[in-house]
Amino acid sequence: MPRTPLPIYVLLALGAVALAVYPLFGDVFYVRLVAKVMVLAIFAMSLDLLVGYAGLVSFGHAAFFGVGAYATAALIAKAGIADMAIILPVVLVAAAVAALVIGWFSIRTSGIYFIMITLAFAQMLYFFFHDLPFWWGADGVNLPRRGLPRLAFGDTVILDLSDRTVFYYVALACLVLAFALLTIILRSPFGRVIVGIRVNENRVRALGYNVQNYKLVAFVIAGTLAGFAGFLEASRTAFVAPAHLSWHESGLVLVIVLLGGMGTLYGPILGAFVLVMLEDWVSGITEFWLLVMGLFVILVVLFLPNGIAGLVSTLAQRLRPPKPDVGKPVEREVEAADV
Amino acid sequence: MRAGPIGMDFSYYLIQILNGVQYGFLLFLVASGLTLIFGIMGIINLAHGSFYMVGAYLAYWLTGVTGNLFYAILLGVPISVVLGLLIERFGITFLYKRDHLYQVLFTYGLILVFNEMRSVLWGNDVHGVPVPDLLSGAIPLTETQSYPVYRLFISLVCVALAACLYLVIQRTRLGMTIRAGASNREMVQSLGIDISRLFAVVFGLGAALAAFAGMIAAPVSSVYPGMGEHVLIISFVVVVIGGVGSIKGAFIGAMLIGLTHTFGAVFVPQAASMAVYAVMALVLLWRPQGLFGKA
Repeated sequence: MPRTPLPIYVLLALGAVALAVYPLFGDVFYVRLVAKVMVLAIFAMSLDLLVGYAGLVSFGHAAFFGVGAYATAALIAKAGIADMAIILPVVLVAAAVAALVIGWFSIRTSGIYFIMITLAFAQMLYFFFHDLPFWWGADGVNLPRRGLPRLAFGDTVILDLSDRTVFYYVALACLVLAFALLTIILRSPFGRVIVGIRVNENRVRALGYNVQNYKLVAFVIAGTLAGFAGFLEASRTAFVAPAHLSWHESGLVLVIVLLGGMGTLYGPILGAFVLVMLEDWVSGITEFWLLVMGLFVILVVLFLPNGIAGLVSTLAQRLRPPKPDVGKPVEREVEAADV
Repeated sequence: MRAGPIGMDFSYYLIQILNGVQYGFLLFLVASGLTLIFGIMGIINLAHGSFYMVGAYLAYWLTGVTGNLFYAILLGVPISVVLGLLIERFGITFLYKRDHLYQVLFTYGLILVFNEMRSVLWGNDVHGVPVPDLLSGAIPLTETQSYPVYRLFISLVCVALAACLYLVIQRTRLGMTIRAGASNREMVQSLGIDISRLFAVVFGLGAALAAFAGMIAAPVSSVYPGMGEHVLIISFVVVVIGGVGSIKGAFIGAMLIGLTHTFGAVFVPQAASMAVYAVMALVLLWRPQGLFGKA
């Protein structure tokens, strides 16, 4: 796996700074849109851990996003709890349990089966929230903005997510933290094994690793992070509906991962930015913006299989003067074929 | 209604069984194409449900134009086949050597395109399609209960189609090639069979079956925007239960899901949609590769 090059880290740090100062002068509408992008980026990063690193193409990742959102909504609207110290653990445990159960079934299969089974389980959860009267039905539920999650220490409120500025910075901090967390996980021995499974599962098994357990743990980590993104989304919009875990949502987040470039953690962030901005732009021009999105997805698949991140690294390689002894042409071909 | 005398109970359950079987047959038409396209072409085609939707909208439109569902089907099936062949030739062809992920996303994009085209051409309203006069009657079962002739007609047509499909696949040279393609694509290719033509035939056949299912289902289910996706996901479940590439599996899976769905709606209406997936999970616990899938 190619390591993220240093210039990219510099650019990412600059990007984080830019995001931090943007609300100071940015248009309110676009500041809110950027908050949406950041939540989606965390969601997409969690999926990238599965698709881009572990090689598990999950087509039901929105299930955990939805579980996180519904757990948040249930605590706020049913129990009247707004304390983040209670909401967050519940959300994370709920998403992790859902991921454990669904993952336990799904990782027994691979390839086409895995895709279809994750989709089917997500659909099952979709109907769970859609059909049972306890969960407010098809229209979802509006949460009272005053009841949105907050973190208080005694009587002093430290973080109040109903304040949009506070939410923006919390989301930004979470995005940076999620990026750091996933980077650490992927550099750990665990992460090496996960990547090894994608490249050659049999060899990893022959080395004595219990491949299924590693896959399951990766699935649970990804599901839990997606649930956390769902918590953020519920806090951002103060609205939760079955659409959060529809298969369109699962497809959309896969598109984001591919568009940005899978197998890189910054790819999903770029993908979320480009897709949301494109959606905003195109839907302002034409009523039939989904047609444009559909064609766009098709073109990306055909012409940009490694996403924006792949495009950037190709351009960077062209700009760099060729080194004299990079290796014989044959070796380079082998490397290229490995990608 | 269920508290009535035994005879009435029996006919009530008979109606449910007939409904479940009829739904199962429709699912089989869609799922058999899906499983063949997986098994032979190695393509995961999310846009398969769109053919079902297109079929239903063609039935609605052409019935309006010609005044009869039968004419609509006669005109609509060739249109769907042409549409399928065009999509195979100018879209799916690029995906044969690509990872499943790209196939999923490409066909996901196709669904968006299909849905928007439908919205442009026919709008977003729910439409009804009249049952042909010839089949509009009902067969009385008891004094109060009867079964519509048209639903019976759907089941019979599907039985006939399934039988044809079975004969074509088991008894003809084309079927032999299809079966060979499902078990070893490279070998078929190296024996000099034009694999790209075979792929086109399979894709066209799948599109025709799905569109036909949408057409005959239109008078019963009505015609609405999300119908393709609903049937697609249930067909996925059918294929997973039956085993990828197995027509027999698709048939058993379709019946199982059709009956589960119908009886689920009778006994546990709140959880009927979930019951289908629970059945899938149980089957997978027992056989992860599906009932008739290759290990």
